[in-house]
Amino acid sequence: MKIHEHQAKQLMAARGIPVPLGRVARSVDEAVAAVRPLIEESGNPVVVVKAQIHAGGRGKGTFKEHPEVRGVHVITEGIDGGPSAAEERVRELAQQMLGSTLVTIQTGEEGKRVNRLYVEQGVDIARELYLAVLLDRTVSRNIVMASTEGGVEIEKVAEETPEKILRAEIDPAIGLAGFQANELAFGLGLEGEPGKNFMRFVKALSDAATELDTDLVEINPLVVTGDGQVIALDGKVAFDDNALYRHPDIADMRDESEEDPAELAAKNAGLNYIKLDGTIGCLVNGAGLAMATMDTIKHVGGEPANFLDVGGGASADQVTTAFQIITQDPTVKGIFVNIFGGIMRCDVLATGIVEAVGRVGLEVPLVVRLEGTKVEEGKKIIEESGLKVTNADSLLDGANKILELTS
Amino acid sequence: MSVLVDKSTKVLVQGLGKTGQFHTDTAIAYGTQMVGAVHPSRAGSTFPFEGETDHSGVAGRDDTYSVDLPVFATVEQAVAETGANASVIYVPPPFAADAIMEAAAAGLDLVVAITEGIPVADMIKAKRYLEGKSTRLIGPNCPGVITPGECKIGIMPGYIHQRGKIGVVSRSGTLTYEAVHQLTLLDLGQTTAIGIGGDPVNGTNFVDCLQMFEDDEETEGVIMIGEIGGTAEEDAAEFVKGSMSKPVAGFIAGTTAPPGKRMGHAGAIVSGGKGTAEAKIEAMTDAGIVVAETPSGMGEAMLRALG
Repeated sequence: MKIHEHQAKQLMAARGIPVPLGRVARSVDEAVAAVRPLIEESGNPVVVVKAQIHAGGRGKGTFKEHPEVRGVHVITEGIDGGPSAAEERVRELAQQMLGSTLVTIQTGEEGKRVNRLYVEQGVDIARELYLAVLLDRTVSRNIVMASTEGGVEIEKVAEETPEKILRAEIDPAIGLAGFQANELAFGLGLEGEPGKNFMRFVKALSDAATELDTDLVEINPLVVTGDGQVIALDGKVAFDDNALYRHPDIADMRDESEEDPAELAAKNAGLNYIKLDGTIGCLVNGAGLAMATMDTIKHVGGEPANFLDVGGGASADQVTTAFQIITQDPTVKGIFVNIFGGIMRCDVLATGIVEAVGRVGLEVPLVVRLEGTKVEEGKKIIEESGLKVTNADSLLDGANKILELTS
Repeated sequence: MSVLVDKSTKVLVQGLGKTGQFHTDTAIAYGTQMVGAVHPSRAGSTFPFEGETDHSGVAGRDDTYSVDLPVFATVEQAVAETGANASVIYVPPPFAADAIMEAAAAGLDLVVAITEGIPVADMIKAKRYLEGKSTRLIGPNCPGVITPGECKIGIMPGYIHQRGKIGVVSRSGTLTYEAVHQLTLLDLGQTTAIGIGGDPVNGTNFVDCLQMFEDDEETEGVIMIGEIGGTAEEDAAEFVKGSMSKPVAGFIAGTTAPPGKRMGHAGAIVSGGKGTAEAKIEAMTDAGIVVAETPSGMGEAMLRALG
């Protein structure tokens, strides 16, 4: 699960991790009202307005409705004009940003609607660094990853100058050790007060990642200020969905407006569904087979409209919901059901499909490939229902048939 | 011969909820030596299993079975009473990592964790706990392990298997079935099929299994089925190139998966340009592995690899 930057910073601040002062705003008035107290409290006449969406690249992203407006703006009007000049500029920007669509390299062409802004104090930046805590699958442990190259894409750094990326494995029984924090500080060229501040920062961040069951914590950039403070200028946090049951307060931070409505409906029904750009809907059991079904459709020249894994032991109701989600997608021109029953029984699957068609109708071609547990019973149910179904013998055969029927 | 499990494997089940009961029943029907259950709230009782024998499993048995499985409070006690050397875990996610550690503490040779949805942090701890211990963990979030005609531990449908000469190792459950089914239809059969699971932190990886199959006399070739995410397939390719004499075929799922989206399995995600299907297929092909273009072609890829 992802959360917004302002939520991530709130979690960090509560754990003693330095972040800039900031206020979240859901309306233009709230954004304007945030300016004066921030300037007074921080003593810095500069404020920053940041669009809150679950995607990166905001600083370079622009709004569809206002191509001259970016996702992040530094407001310097307050330096000469005082707080009221800063307020005026924030009002103007907030009016353009709120309710508009921000397009960044991570949102895709369709962009994301901005419903919240984060207004933050300006920070005097001396150095920009990169810091993250994430799983390293090769060692089955979380690691701290740090780099002197802050403010740029870390993938680029990893590719072009891998020697500039430092790593430290976090032993789950010990946490990040003091010497590891020291090594990282040394590796980043931080000495004296900034070095000490960094060591406290990275230790607290590593502990927070463990405590909160994060998938990823990424601070890019982590900044060293002119007076030696170490502060998280940005903050991206994603959580392990499987561990959310022990963090109800974090589960409450979910912003459903950031998620695709169909994907959300599927998740609530216990299904794994991801919308894609193609025209052939797929309903499959098992994640690997679902991926392989998409691949096979593509292989024969089609484009999958979705990934949908009904899971190992789906009920007829779940299958019905899954089928409805696919048929409600207007881009779907045909449906391919591919089931290899293990725990999933073909008869249960067949019943679910027949019920779904009875409820929502079926206006596009349907190809069904059934194999495995109770396959004969399943085929019989579909046959006796009188549904217009094309049977397939194998995955490849099914992919070819649905392509033929839709082109 | 086979790997990991055979006729002599004595299996405990940890977690006798609805799922645990169902699959314990199919395991007994298959002929697996299920010797006990660990379920603290039912300790001291026995749990009855009866039904019709699955004749696709261990040969030479009666048409029906009736077993009263003893239930124990702890794995240690169950091992002492039954001489079990393996366990299968159906314990719910919040308690599953603890069940793995308990099984290792009791000195079991093999622990197969079927449970899906264990928090990553729990598995990181369990994996550290296993360091230096002789217990081998398979999974979690996997279909299990089967040596056809001898021992079935897990949730795979037994009847699609046929004893033969190919080792199967896979991160995906249903794709394992797909491969097994094709091997059976081609009359190549399987020595042992191992599902290593779709989670980012798991007990046994491709390289471990490839080594076992390389060392197993009965195994003449191996199919490895990977998917996007991580670099386990690349590591496996490296191993095949340097250390394997037997032919290997393979398949990678997720060529069409968009970056940043988790494809069902917690471990199946392309992020930061890493873990793409293309990179894996290239590494495998480069190592001499015959990679099938579609999952329907896995069996034929094995035939080609065998030459």
